[in-house]
Amino acid sequence: MIIGPIAIAFLIFSAFVNINGVGKGDINKPLPWIIIISIFTPIAIGLTIFGWYCWKGEYSAHLNPRLNDIVGQAPEGRTSQPHKS
Amino acid sequence: MIEWYDFYIFGSLSTIIAAKFFPSENPTAALLSTLATFAAGFIVRPFGALVFGRLGDLIGRKYTFLLTLVLMGLSTFLIGLVPSYATIGAWAPALVLILRLLQGLALGGEYGGAATYVAEHAPAHRRGFFTSWIQTTATLGLFLSLAVILSIRRITGVEEFTNGNGWRYPFLLSIVLVIVSIIIRLKMKESPLFAKLKSEGKTSVNPLRESFGHKRNFKMVLLALFGATMGQGVIWYTGQFYAQSFILTKCHIEYEHANIIILIGLLLATPFFIVFGALSDKWGRKKIMLAGMLLGVLLYRPIFQQLYNIADTDKKQIQNTQMVSASQNLTQYTDGTVMKTTSQELNGKTEIKKEITLSNTGQWSMIGLVAIMVLFVTMVYGPIAAFLVELFPTKIRYTSMSLPYHIGNGVFGGLVPFIATLITTIKGTDHLSGLWYPIGVASLSFIIGCLYLSDKKDQMIH
Repeated sequence: MIIGPIAIAFLIFSAFVNINGVGKGDINKPLPWIIIISIFTPIAIGLTIFGWYCWKGEYSAHLNPRLNDIVGQAPEGRTSQPHKS
Repeated sequence: MIEWYDFYIFGSLSTIIAAKFFPSENPTAALLSTLATFAAGFIVRPFGALVFGRLGDLIGRKYTFLLTLVLMGLSTFLIGLVPSYATIGAWAPALVLILRLLQGLALGGEYGGAATYVAEHAPAHRRGFFTSWIQTTATLGLFLSLAVILSIRRITGVEEFTNGNGWRYPFLLSIVLVIVSIIIRLKMKESPLFAKLKSEGKTSVNPLRESFGHKRNFKMVLLALFGATMGQGVIWYTGQFYAQSFILTKCHIEYEHANIIILIGLLLATPFFIVFGALSDKWGRKKIMLAGMLLGVLLYRPIFQQLYNIADTDKKQIQNTQMVSASQNLTQYTDGTVMKTTSQELNGKTEIKKEITLSNTGQWSMIGLVAIMVLFVTMVYGPIAAFLVELFPTKIRYTSMSLPYHIGNGVFGGLVPFIATLITTIKGTDHLSGLWYPIGVASLSFIIGCLYLSDKKDQMIH
């Protein structure tokens, strides 16, 4: 859940550090950073949502086929119990 | 394979294309060059997955991937016809950029269609075996592109290939391959599962909403991305493309020699896509894919270090040194390795370019190491089409599996060179530090996969 925001913070920080007019590499140009950060932001949000689903135990039904049958009939959001650990 | 061939020849000829269309002294052309490099893989490919995935779930698999093939083939052919920057100025980079973006778009739509089409024809107990043939095509496409480039380079000569029109022939050749492929595809029938859904009027009305708007399916899309394709993407890119770049730029192996090493390594390991695809029908997809990821995580650093050591001339004994010209020296080592050093003036600085040709033993050691890395690729990549297909229902399968596949490969895999370079800018890093990115991503995917993936190999797809 926290890896997504950390990854975005790291990319934004790295962009500030590396973008300059002196270097000739892609890493020193703003455009690659703009593309990468804008495409990676929704992915990082997806990773955070994935972490949230895992935390709530949403994948228990997927791991247990018998439970899966029950989940198929259950309304969304009440598909399984959270992990108790 | 033709789609991959088309996509790779641009990458393999990027240095020549940059010189012809994107002169670095022109800021607009340089900007378009960066866009062509980054936008094609990172933005347009996932976008193509959405556009063509939706189309494939609405009108059918057959016509959608016929469309992607034509789009890819024509774009590639036309790149070979675009006049250079010296002839038409800024139009040249603009046209090449548009055609490259079209290539990315087509690639985004192709894979999901091919995997879905084959899986929906295959018997349930041999789905891994059947779909693994599709998985060989990405590597065979790279193989074919390198083989065609090296052959044409030899036929035309290096000078004509680099500075004349020789580099255009691999692009122009694409049209022949596409015509053959179109003829074959027109003779193929629609997927039986999709045809049945269509005849019953049960196809999806809004595949994008059903894939990503419904929590139950969206959860599976996230799981496919973070538990499988993300790790698979970095293992694939590191084993094939980063290895190629490492051998060329860090080990300084001569261009043709380096590509022959990669070609033989690919050739030796490619049959294992089929082997692991077939084994996944018996052992399950999860175990094989995760084993491939774990092996990459544990062995990348020692393997890349070994690649570096094989070419490290500081550890070799000099037999003799010859001066070929005022700017060129040839050094022979006792183990049979030969190094050509050329000094050249660049912006007032003297730069020394090394080109190493390995001894027979060194060459085969390097081939062996490349083949081992491609073997990891075959483990993660061989069963993945069957795995993705089994995760989603027929009516939204094309859309649902295409996006995680192309984000995993296009974004996570495609970022390998950029993030690797980024890591090496940090103080105290060395030539292997760039590997921490694929190792980190594959480790995360391995943990998620171990915890949350389940095998559905024996399940009927519907």
